Amino acid sequence: MDNLFGYQTGQTVFHRLTGSAKLIIFLLLTISGVLSFDIRYLLLLTVIALLGLWQAQISWQQIRVIVILTVIFALLNLILIYVFAPQYGVHLFGSQHFILSSGPYALTQEQLLYEAMVLLKYLFSLPLALIFLFTTNPSQFSAGLNRIGVPYSVAYAVTITLRYIPNTQRQFFMIKKVQEARGYNISKKSSWTQKITGVVRILTTLIFSTLDQIDEVTQAMELRRFGKGKKRSWYYEQSFGKLDAIALILALGFLVLGIGLMMINHSRYWNPFS
Amino acid sequence: MKKNKLSTRSVVAIGIGAAVFLILFKFIAIPTGIPNTQVNVAQSWLSLLTVIFGPLVGFLVAVIGHSLNDAISYGSIWWSWVIADGIYALIFGLLIKKAQLLQGKLTTRKAWYFNLGQAGANIVAWTVVAPVLDIFIYSEPANKVIVQGLLSTVINIISTAVIGTALLGIYTKNKVQKGHLVKED
Repeated sequence: MDNLFGYQTGQTVFHRLTGSAKLIIFLLLTISGVLSFDIRYLLLLTVIALLGLWQAQISWQQIRVIVILTVIFALLNLILIYVFAPQYGVHLFGSQHFILSSGPYALTQEQLLYEAMVLLKYLFSLPLALIFLFTTNPSQFSAGLNRIGVPYSVAYAVTITLRYIPNTQRQFFMIKKVQEARGYNISKKSSWTQKITGVVRILTTLIFSTLDQIDEVTQAMELRRFGKGKKRSWYYEQSFGKLDAIALILALGFLVLGIGLMMINHSRYWNPFS
Repeated sequence: MKKNKLSTRSVVAIGIGAAVFLILFKFIAIPTGIPNTQVNVAQSWLSLLTVIFGPLVGFLVAVIGHSLNDAISYGSIWWSWVIADGIYALIFGLLIKKAQLLQGKLTTRKAWYFNLGQAGANIVAWTVVAPVLDIFIYSEPANKVIVQGLLSTVINIISTAVIGTALLGIYTKNKVQKGHLVKED
């Protein structure tokens, strides 16, 4: 529970890449997958992401919860799409091949293909994000953000967020327990009024302690002249190596492939029915 | 060179504010009884932070907090909703800028101002921005995303009206008392 991000030291290829390279690759591949509605491309992307996950040597125990949650979330969304728009695939591909029955809720090949693509779109980025989270030191991540053009004040804010998540989590559960001990419960059994009073009590405590913390940290940073220079250096700054260049070129090539496919298909969709 | 607009205090407020936002997002959700829909307490926290620190801080808290939470809970960042959340804070912050909600006690008039502002910003963000981006970026069926958007709009407006207003009241009350103590010194 203490380590939401789960960064672990290791010696895999992904550990040796710099934080900024990984961030750019993650963004490039995510954009590719979000843009494309070509099932062949999405399958390829998913396979690559899974191979990467295997290479990164992350154990199933560590990622079980997040994988199950993501799959449940994705399936719920697929059901919702079917309930609201059972013939959306037909509308997208402009043809109709029935598999089961007829009528407005008939199952068509087009709908199946569309829903499969949506599922892949939910799932392909999970291995990518897991690789990123498990192999990137949070401090390198912020240095990487600054390097790709995010202003350093914002990058520094992200560092503070990452640094304070475990603290806030601990504080939150402590406050929650204290309030529970005083009889303010926000569990499923309590009534609406009880839940709201409980939540407001937790939040009130959290707000004032957080505002105090903000003041303290601000003073400490001002004493150290934060924000006076136009640039700042990072403790965890890394220089680009050969490995980074190769990985970046591969990721860029993948995006170009996706865009190329879109140009051949004349749209974001690949239509096997026409 | 562009002048750095964020003060040190704002940078810290964004950092710690986003951490609290993420924790609330992840660990407090009051189920409404409708599947897959919860009252998100984090939105009230975001509104209060926006009142105290302004629209830009609110925007960045929402974007950083929401995207990090998506990444660690689902592995994929649902950009359309992340952006919509940021836009909520931005619009809300701009709408209430002139109201001086933190000067003195929370009067009925100020509470109305706060709530009209949050309602307006919620409507723009969740009924317009989020569904439109869902359709453009993810090509989701229109009727589905519009229903989802409307549902979140209603839930967010109600929860911010109840919890957000309460928090603002408690905050301003305590702040005024602190001010009095300094004066008497």
